[in-house]
Amino acid sequence: MSMRKLLVPLIALLVFLLLWEALVWFNDWPNYKMASPSDLLPAYQRYWGLFLTMGWQTLWRTVVGLLLAVVVGVLLGMVMGFSRTMRDALYPLLVGFNAVPKATVVPIVALLFVGAHDFNTILIAFMISFFPIAVSVSIGLSTLEPEYRDILRSLGASRFTIFRKIALPKTLPEFFGALKVAVTLAFIGTNLMEIVSPHGRGLGALFDSGKTNSDYPLMFAVLIALAFLGIVLYYVVVALENIFAGWAERAQD
Amino acid sequence: MRDCISLIPSCRKVDLLCPDCLAPASVDKLIEIRDVRHAYSTASGPLPVLAGLELSVREGGFTAVVGPSGCGKSTLTRLVAGLMIPDSGDVYLHGERVTTPRATVGMAFQNPVLLEWRTILQNVLLPLEIVPTTLSQRAKEERARSLLALVGLEGFEDKRPSELSGGMRQRASLCRALVHQPEVLILDEPFGALDAFTREDLWQIMHELKAREPFTGILITHDLRESIFLADQVVVLSGRPARTQYVLDVPSEAPRDLDMMYTAESADMLATLRDQIRIAREGEAQVAQTSSGASQ
Repeated sequence: MSMRKLLVPLIALLVFLLLWEALVWFNDWPNYKMASPSDLLPAYQRYWGLFLTMGWQTLWRTVVGLLLAVVVGVLLGMVMGFSRTMRDALYPLLVGFNAVPKATVVPIVALLFVGAHDFNTILIAFMISFFPIAVSVSIGLSTLEPEYRDILRSLGASRFTIFRKIALPKTLPEFFGALKVAVTLAFIGTNLMEIVSPHGRGLGALFDSGKTNSDYPLMFAVLIALAFLGIVLYYVVVALENIFAGWAERAQD
Repeated sequence: MRDCISLIPSCRKVDLLCPDCLAPASVDKLIEIRDVRHAYSTASGPLPVLAGLELSVREGGFTAVVGPSGCGKSTLTRLVAGLMIPDSGDVYLHGERVTTPRATVGMAFQNPVLLEWRTILQNVLLPLEIVPTTLSQRAKEERARSLLALVGLEGFEDKRPSELSGGMRQRASLCRALVHQPEVLILDEPFGALDAFTREDLWQIMHELKAREPFTGILITHDLRESIFLADQVVVLSGRPARTQYVLDVPSEAPRDLDMMYTAESADMLATLRDQIRIAREGEAQVAQTSSGASQ
């Protein structure tokens, strides 16, 4: 069973790489049009030190931005989930904020806090990823059936006890669903800033330097490295979900 | 001694001079509802739901409340549980006015509302985490396990609610309502969503629970057969706004097995109740007509 679980995605990955290689091969595309997987290996070999340091910079800033998004998103979600007035007040604001393309916010933030590169990157990662968390927590809390509350309230439980024993655990599946979306969004945010901002750091900056030096295989290698980091972080969230909200998964065969 | 409570409702309080009433066993009427009136405020003005509700249940008694749909029966359960206070009139438990929720009440609803992230045993233990108790963890678990065994859920203690059928979940929900040994058990259509056979199983289980646990029960139901099978008193409410329209006493010597349903006495009782429901619904239709006439 676990063998199968590992083999199936590995085979899918291999098929994908082969198709990509074949596509470039048959069209006889040059490197600058589209690099093939076989071009990536030399790129990784040449720059592996850079990939490690830049990859780490991208990773930690994404994680910090994401943690910030979790804290703020959960707090906003709680406020909107418990108070109708706050929900009516904040919802349009949040939707509007979310509708603004973050690529347009990046230069503004870069100018606003010029030089504060780590801060700017974390800020964009946070701004792009807190929305789904806030919405899912608020929906989870506001759709709690009144009977759940009555069961504890009729015994004299305080609001906080009801939140801790019922509302919080009941919202966890929605929260983790949103967190999976937020993880990938946060990576997009981090890289937007890394690419745009001057004297940047992280994989985004490496991508940018590939562009300036016409090193196309390097650019593709960065994309694959980003995808890899995204997958790793995504499955960290899945592992956390299994620990804290595994009960929500239907029992399978 | 027994009448004392109907004279001075608050006399069970120690600072009032009525030594007889200090002993709970001497208090005859455990639940007492007097002339309760209540209206919900809606966008289109106040909506009266209760208009002169009277109800009293003796200690150890079991009262079923029937009435047309949406007549305010669930409001009644929230009043007894102390989850809301009526606009006027009073609700007493043991002669004390109910103004806040109290730990001596257990509730079960049509939706069993089990917590999906807990096992069945942990679900049943939930009230004991809220209610102050001197029981050790071990004693709590023993109490929960014995209740689960009584309703036929032995061996399911460590299952999740999602692994159980609807009837089994409802049994677990009954155990949770009773685990802290409440004085009052409030059942709001707990068998309404079950199929006919499962429902009859649960009726039998209710009788077994009643024989073993010393609670006083209020059952809200739409099923007249259920009401006379389980209760010793059936209260018929009028249509909204509800008042007490009719009270039927079910003879206590009636045998409580399913054959009871087919005796002449039961047929008489059912006919009476059906008649009362019809009157309640006609009254409701008239009220609706006059109020729509007034608004035109």
